[in-house]
Amino acid sequence: MTYDTVATFSQVVSLLMFVGLFAGVVVYALWPANGPRFEAAQRRALDLDDNQKAKRGRP
Amino acid sequence: MADTREGLEAFGDVLAVLAAALFALVGAVWFFGSSDPAMSFHGLLMLIGSVLAGIYVLNTAFREKAARAIGNYEPPEGYFDGPIKVATVAAVIWGIAGFLVGVVLALQLAYPALNFDLPWISFGRLRPLHTSAVIFAFGGNVLIGTSFYVVQRTSHARLAGRWSPWFVVWGYQLFIAIAGTGYLLGITQAKEYAEPEWYADLFLTIIWVTYLLVFLGTLWRRKEPHIYVANWFYLAFIVTIAMLHLVNNAALPVSFTSPSSVILWSGVQDAMTQWWYGHNAVGFFLTAGFLGIMYYFIPKRVERPVYSYRLSIVHFWTLIFLYIWAGPHHLHYTALPDWAQTLGMTFSIMLWMPSWGGMINGLMTLSGAWDKLRTDAVVRLLVVSVAFYGMSTFEGPLMSIKAVNSLSHYTDWTIGHVHSGALGWVAMVSFGAIYCLVPWLWNRKGLYSMRLVEWHFWISTLGILLYITAMWVSGITQGLMWRAYDSLGFLQYSFIETVEAMHPYYVIRAIGGILFLSGSLIMAYNVWRTIRGDEPVDIAEQPRVAAAPGLRVQPAE
Repeated sequence: MTYDTVATFSQVVSLLMFVGLFAGVVVYALWPANGPRFEAAQRRALDLDDNQKAKRGRP
Repeated sequence: MADTREGLEAFGDVLAVLAAALFALVGAVWFFGSSDPAMSFHGLLMLIGSVLAGIYVLNTAFREKAARAIGNYEPPEGYFDGPIKVATVAAVIWGIAGFLVGVVLALQLAYPALNFDLPWISFGRLRPLHTSAVIFAFGGNVLIGTSFYVVQRTSHARLAGRWSPWFVVWGYQLFIAIAGTGYLLGITQAKEYAEPEWYADLFLTIIWVTYLLVFLGTLWRRKEPHIYVANWFYLAFIVTIAMLHLVNNAALPVSFTSPSSVILWSGVQDAMTQWWYGHNAVGFFLTAGFLGIMYYFIPKRVERPVYSYRLSIVHFWTLIFLYIWAGPHHLHYTALPDWAQTLGMTFSIMLWMPSWGGMINGLMTLSGAWDKLRTDAVVRLLVVSVAFYGMSTFEGPLMSIKAVNSLSHYTDWTIGHVHSGALGWVAMVSFGAIYCLVPWLWNRKGLYSMRLVEWHFWISTLGILLYITAMWVSGITQGLMWRAYDSLGFLQYSFIETVEAMHPYYVIRAIGGILFLSGSLIMAYNVWRTIRGDEPVDIAEQPRVAAAPGLRVQPAE
């Protein structure tokens, strides 16, 4: 096994891996059912800053 | 249940005292054992810090025990904000210190006699003091403070740990003191942005791992199923900095009581490791962490959700995967293999996409509320910071192109680029976050004065513009003069002639720096009056979100 084989192999594998990961991320982000979930989650997340309420809700 | 909690708290107290004793012991060994006076001094700092911490823990534990005995003990509930307050105030103080040293350096470059021939304030020692003070002390405290704030609020969970968050915050201040005084006393391992020697590095490692555990522990306790995007950015920042710090600082100390060490890497591998670290300090410390701030504070302040939450997810993963490869662009035309240089350049150019995606996402969060840019100076600080983020992440990839780099590298253009990112993006977004946080944390109706925020905004913006335009002109002049040949093929200018040509730009830069420093002093005054509880002088001009969450007027339906 020469340096060139190892280099080519690792480059091809990492290229495929990154493309795969990127595709996965895009699919997850754009999955139709996830849209409303994200919106609801971020609205809640941005609305929890009251410490007095937090004390009553015992975080 | 109460017994379990009491038992756990007591266990935490014991562990904290033991840890303090251990640190005190290490400090004592360095104080008494080191023949190097600077390291001995650092041992003393460590000893004093640990003893004070130990006394504080014991005192609190006994006071709580006494309160329990007479039945008027109230267990701490709600969000844990004490450490955040410390980090916020520390950020303001370290910011001023760091900007001040920057101004001194700018003046030294314009008027070299200002180093007074004293070793402690020579350029070579002050320069790392400046960079570390602004990046790690100012920026680091802003990141620790805001991350602790954001992770609690968006997870609806109290910060994990009883003493750990305090250790993170106060330990970090001690690390800064050790690192900073070390530079002045001549202790350095000569790695840019990683100057602290092995013992300070080890101490920081312990602090950082604790920081990671506190952050993860808080996420673990979260009541919200979804982890809000800002936390992803903060987490990437914490994890990556841990990795970078450990690999780049792998060194063998000469002895346990000597400040010197030998780095494990050598030659071009050392250079590559250093700039893998260096560029990701920019990518993960100065970018990912501050994007966490952007994704919480902008939507919160303008009371609108993030423009596209989907884009924020793609932004996060692409930024994380691309940034880590960009480091080699710092080593163009060096002994680094050509393919590695090209790889660094290519990834830097690809970074345009996530950077601008993120910038657009931050800016467009204001859609429908653009008027706030006119009426709320805090929003303006936050939004202009994002605009600077866009500008410097356009300039960065441009400069990473080899042909451009052959002109820009080693010139003041680089310094200008770094400052448009550091002053324009990092510092402005930090100022915005501090102005949000102070009334929220100290439970005030608003900031002491919104007019002072206006002043701060305009003075800093003017300072930044003077700074970066001077450095563009200076850098390009420098680059062109260095590469100018006469008709016989000789270099047209001697090096000293190029230095002489820089003088007017150095003066302009110093003026820009003085303006920026003045702005931060205005902020400190405003923050101090707000914390003191002075009645806001212009409450009518402040939006309802300027007030602490419990004091906000409900919007009309």
